[in-house]
Amino acid sequence: METQMKNLVILGAGTAGTMMLNKLHKALDLSRWRLIIVDNEKTHYYQPGFLFIPFGVYNESDVVKQKVKFFPEGMNMINSEIWKVIPEYNMVHLDNGITLDYDVLIIATGSKLAPEETEGLTGKLWKKDIFDFYTLDGAKALAEKFKTWDGGKLVINITEMPIKCPVAPLEFAFLADAFFEERGIREKVHIQYVTPLAEAFTKHKCAEVLGHFLEDKGIELVAEFNTGRIDNDEKKLISWDEREVDFDLLVTVPTNKGADYIETSGLGDELNFVPTDKHTLQSIAHKNIFVIGDATNIPASKAGSVAHFESEILTENILHFIHAEPLAARFDGHANCFIESGRGKAFLIDFNYDVEPMPGNFPMAHIGPFSLLKETRMNHLGKLMFRWAYWNILLKGKELPIGPQMSLKGKILDDIYKSDGFITDEQQITKLSGGI
Amino acid sequence: MSAAVAEKVILGKTLSIDADGNLANLSDWNEEIAAELAKEEGIEVLNEKHWQVINYMRKVYTDTGDAPSIRKLTKESGVDTKELYALFPKGPAKKAARIAGLPKPKGCI
Repeated sequence: METQMKNLVILGAGTAGTMMLNKLHKALDLSRWRLIIVDNEKTHYYQPGFLFIPFGVYNESDVVKQKVKFFPEGMNMINSEIWKVIPEYNMVHLDNGITLDYDVLIIATGSKLAPEETEGLTGKLWKKDIFDFYTLDGAKALAEKFKTWDGGKLVINITEMPIKCPVAPLEFAFLADAFFEERGIREKVHIQYVTPLAEAFTKHKCAEVLGHFLEDKGIELVAEFNTGRIDNDEKKLISWDEREVDFDLLVTVPTNKGADYIETSGLGDELNFVPTDKHTLQSIAHKNIFVIGDATNIPASKAGSVAHFESEILTENILHFIHAEPLAARFDGHANCFIESGRGKAFLIDFNYDVEPMPGNFPMAHIGPFSLLKETRMNHLGKLMFRWAYWNILLKGKELPIGPQMSLKGKILDDIYKSDGFITDEQQITKLSGGI
Repeated sequence: MSAAVAEKVILGKTLSIDADGNLANLSDWNEEIAAELAKEEGIEVLNEKHWQVINYMRKVYTDTGDAPSIRKLTKESGVDTKELYALFPKGPAKKAARIAGLPKPKGCI
């Protein structure tokens, strides 16, 4: 008798979902498994590129392509919004009326902006003097605004954490500094960086080593500012504890939330992120649901590099799961971010759950070619090259020369890590291959 | 529970603290220590509302292993956002977690 086909359903065909589709298409026995992917958008956006659009470095054609181009040959997707997941029945209802049964479900629907969460943010100044740059429309509208803006108070505000790509607002500030200098109006632009965090960087080690960059670039830091509302008439940000910041032009990073169906399905936390095991990427509530990328609640950066490292771990664990084995692959929180600092230079940071960013060379000790926690031209070229690698290697699920586990090679360690007995690469590999 | 990186003397007791300056061991905490931690945060006296939030945070931490975010606090502690900021200026989730003897909430990444 022929064995019945099983269904693996991927919700979301963005960075994480597309990578999982490509990896699982290779890894699964397709005579037994049917792969199904669902997304409401046919266009794939290269989100890291949005940052460059307001400054005229990239335009729309640099950051959009058809999703299906990155799928395995012959694969298509179901183009629909997701209405509801019913975990008790292993079932997904779509807005277009289709119902999907799953044996394994992967949630990869990311995070989205929710400017409506903040009073006054989408008021009469929205897209006139208040812009975001995390959407293509927002970034394009800001590019138009910058063309004619002749200076004043530019405020860059993070409404609340967590946000995707936590370094992007800082990169925006650095690029704005360089952009207005080039335009010859830098002295007319007062740049303020207003954040709910205690420091400009999410990682304390970065703040320690790179903190002076803000001052050097004439960017004023307003820390521990939790935006409560926007006064459109007075053009002010007002914090929950009644502090005020005036603006002429506000570049906002609104609250980030998971997809609406997560809430409808009762799968999420208060921001619709799915409670997920930070090492195995299995959902806490349901054993046959796995979560990847921005959709999780794990304490790692919401960034493409993280989704990429997770995809390798998750592929292994899905295979373990369907063979009824323990989920042996462990995600360590590895993130790797280029931070554009303006004037053709960038920093690079590499860290995980336990190890803060450290100086050194990357990915090879002594050789680099990239420098960690240092501003170099090579890092900037790395950032630009990354767009090519994203479209051509990463999305297609091919290997990059950087493993999912963070390596301590080439890093100049603080005493705390040395004395704490942090292990070397070789030890780590031995430990991992020996099973956990 | 988080990794101890230093020690600190509070009320004559030597306590381990983590990289964020929060207590590393839940068991080191008591109400007197909380009052001292509050003073370090500029809160001279902990009133009934402060305790409502602190006790709620400790309960969530015991139940889930994570200190609640500001959003969860607003939704479930019975104290609204505005008042939370009045009680624990600048960063209610972070400050209340510290005073409650818990690690910094995960949302602060």
